[in-house]
Amino acid sequence: MSDYNFAYLDEQTKRMIRRAILKGLAIPGYQVPFASREMPMPYGWGTGGVQVSAAVLCPEDTLKVIDQGADDTTNAVSIRRFFERTAQIAVTTATADATVIQTRHRIPEEPLRDGQILVYQVPIPEPLRFLEPRESETRKMHALEEYGLMHVKLYEDISRHGHIATAYAYPVKVADRYVMDPSPIPKFDNPKMEMAAIQLFGAGREQRIYALPPFTRVVSLDFEDHPFVASKADHPCGLCGAQDSYLDEVIVDDAGGRMFVCSDTDYCAGRQVDGHRGSDNKEDAA
Amino acid sequence: MTPLLQVKGLTKTYGRHIGCRDVSFDLFPGEVMGIVGESGSGKSTLLNSMAGHVVPDAGQVIFDTRDVGPRDTRAMSEPERRMLSRTDWAFVHQHARDGLRMGVSAGGNVGERLMAVGARNYGAIRASAIDWLDRVEIRADRIDDRPTTFSGGMQQRLQIARNLVTGPRLVFMDEPTGGLDVSVQARLLDLLRGLVRDMGLSAIIVTHDLAVVRLLADRLMVMKGGDVVETGLTDQVLDDPQHGYTQLLVSSVLQV
Amino acid sequence: MYVAVKGGERAIDNAHAWLAEERRGDLAVPELTTAQIREQMTLAVNRVMAEGSLYDPDLAALAIKQARGDLIEAIFLIRAYRTTLPRFGSSLPVDTGAMACDRRISATFKDLPGGQVLGPTFDYTHRLLDFMLAADGDVPAAPEMPVDPAPVPHVMSFLNSEGLIAQETCDGTPASDLTRAPLELPAARALRLQALTRGDEGFVLGMAYSTQRGYARNHAFVGELRIGTVPVEMEIPELGISIEIGEITLTECETVNQFTGSKTEPAQFTRGYGLVFGQTERKAISMALVDRALRWEELGEDDQGAPAQDAEFVLYHCDNIQATGFLEHIKLPHYVDFQSELELVRKLRRDATGQGAE
Repeated sequence: MSDYNFAYLDEQTKRMIRRAILKGLAIPGYQVPFASREMPMPYGWGTGGVQVSAAVLCPEDTLKVIDQGADDTTNAVSIRRFFERTAQIAVTTATADATVIQTRHRIPEEPLRDGQILVYQVPIPEPLRFLEPRESETRKMHALEEYGLMHVKLYEDISRHGHIATAYAYPVKVADRYVMDPSPIPKFDNPKMEMAAIQLFGAGREQRIYALPPFTRVVSLDFEDHPFVASKADHPCGLCGAQDSYLDEVIVDDAGGRMFVCSDTDYCAGRQVDGHRGSDNKEDAA
Repeated sequence: MTPLLQVKGLTKTYGRHIGCRDVSFDLFPGEVMGIVGESGSGKSTLLNSMAGHVVPDAGQVIFDTRDVGPRDTRAMSEPERRMLSRTDWAFVHQHARDGLRMGVSAGGNVGERLMAVGARNYGAIRASAIDWLDRVEIRADRIDDRPTTFSGGMQQRLQIARNLVTGPRLVFMDEPTGGLDVSVQARLLDLLRGLVRDMGLSAIIVTHDLAVVRLLADRLMVMKGGDVVETGLTDQVLDDPQHGYTQLLVSSVLQV
Repeated sequence: MYVAVKGGERAIDNAHAWLAEERRGDLAVPELTTAQIREQMTLAVNRVMAEGSLYDPDLAALAIKQARGDLIEAIFLIRAYRTTLPRFGSSLPVDTGAMACDRRISATFKDLPGGQVLGPTFDYTHRLLDFMLAADGDVPAAPEMPVDPAPVPHVMSFLNSEGLIAQETCDGTPASDLTRAPLELPAARALRLQALTRGDEGFVLGMAYSTQRGYARNHAFVGELRIGTVPVEMEIPELGISIEIGEITLTECETVNQFTGSKTEPAQFTRGYGLVFGQTERKAISMALVDRALRWEELGEDDQGAPAQDAEFVLYHCDNIQATGFLEHIKLPHYVDFQSELELVRKLRRDATGQGAE
């Protein structure tokens, strides 16, 4: 791939994307339209995140790519390789060592710090999309801060199920102004969105970029008497014993036996290196 | 006293066809104005032009806003107009489907305007919804049902509740009893009359049915071919019509 | 003892190796060359160029080979390649009136200047599988006759001169480039046409068919269908003149549609337009019908609620690369979100049946 520019995109395209990013940072939560390019991976597979990463990466950066919280899932591998080949930057699986982290569907458990950038892959950027399919109408609703319909949806959930029935891509109000879709992260991750790092959101197919500067106020929508709860499975991690990390449920035998393990593989591995052990990991069962 | 609404020279044409022409009147707080005429008289055009659903070709629609007094709504920005239509104004459509979210429960329909202006307590919103359903004579146990399961009369009453929950000062109604059974109409009119009186609402009601205006309207405008041909107190106009067309209208009502 | 699955990198490498083997197929069979694809699968090449938005038959042939014949996969390869190409500028608008037509027909007139020229068409073939083709064989030369070099006038010019058809006027505003600016609605006609010409042939065909069956029917007649080569010219600022940089094959379809009139305008026919790279008839005709359907608003017609009239629906769903990308992305792991749904459903069921925590 030596014929390609650093990180694949040409400089004009990067400039265009950076301008969109700057607009997004200036208006937290506002979806900035951008001319998404066709990338070598399919739309829907992270082209928005890849374009944003390509626009912000510098040769000195260290990149981490995760999907479902893991570095080794196939699409994360594929994207990480893409940047290794086109940008020749250092890559890592350690959250603390990364300067740019591209993620699909999770926020790392370890708090991010000033100087890091978290790039989210976003399939559908419009939080109102499934309530109002017309783009022309949702644009107006955002412009006029008409979010009554969003709360109607939450009301309906409670009246039908007794609870708000949104488990992921849980809508948030950002800097007291825009309602935003945080991408399909589990609602457990929502509170992490008030962080010290910059957060960038790329939706390639839908051609939108949005952003959160550090320490932006992010509030998950709820009712006073049905407050938002960042819930997860009520188990510790079977491998490292962590009580506070989001867990994957793994089926381990034909009888349907189950085990819960940290979805964030780096976090879990780090804890095990530090000597923590979960109940499924005690004694060597080699 | 400042009129709540001042309409001046309102005109709307569709190509060569005249929708409404040079209509002017004042409406005071607590007044109900009826606009009658046959199909094609221009009454719906007039209503839609006042309410901002269509853009008139000429004229002013001056509303006495709470914060800054009389303002020409035609000169307002879209955000201001949309805010107005969610708070101080209400519009009851002829077909309830046009004024309701059919995929949302009755409670959600009534609560939407409250949520749109910042209500954030589920229990309180639900209590308001139950209260309003009661006021429009819908049983509380229907609160979680969708309007698709309601009769036509119930849908219309739900639409009214949805519109009145934020206490608007001016209600536009387009043939509110159209398409309903006679007995259902009577019940609806009774309800409307009570609400208008209790809430001190002003209303502009378009209808082809003289019984509706007789019951609800203080004043009346008769339209024909886009022009206002007669106007006055309801009882006066109906009991002693001056214009030939009004006489025709009045005399053609079946006396049952 | 559960050990987390690792080895994603190796799995991907092995998958690619197997793919390469499958692509080659039986080694006893001669390998397909891109020249063969270019020459003998020209219509596939045309589709890839049209929907890839890149006119290069050799590259399209290579893409088809690499994609093992999956045309949407081939289009994807071309689109991704196109992204990386530097842009020098724009050509002048091509003059299809100067086209050297291989094929030129009109359904609206029996005969007309330039004649009805069938060209190399499938139209009147009998769709009987020809087993001689499986045996390979030489093809006898087709009969020839000298070509009349005079340019063939557009049928529309005859209708235009009588004032029977609505004029197309150019107001000089430059068209924006769909591949350089995000699609926003309402979209101008030029942008809609760009989206349609690179849109999925099957989708646009289905939309066109729906109009014929009554979903916003617009009574289309094929005023003219012409296929042939046109020169491409570009202005070179340094030289101060325009030069011809090449020649491409285009298919152009102009439809004559439902006439409209109003109190102020007498009745006139209206138009639909399709223009596609290569000999790509089905697409060009479909495009013209859908173009016309999307013009309902500017022509003062009613919104019948038909899918082909809904610009947002048509333009947002006609791009097969976006469509297949998003469709196929559901194969990616979604277990984190699924896990949160599992938790929610379990909780709701617990609450509903009053059971304790499991």
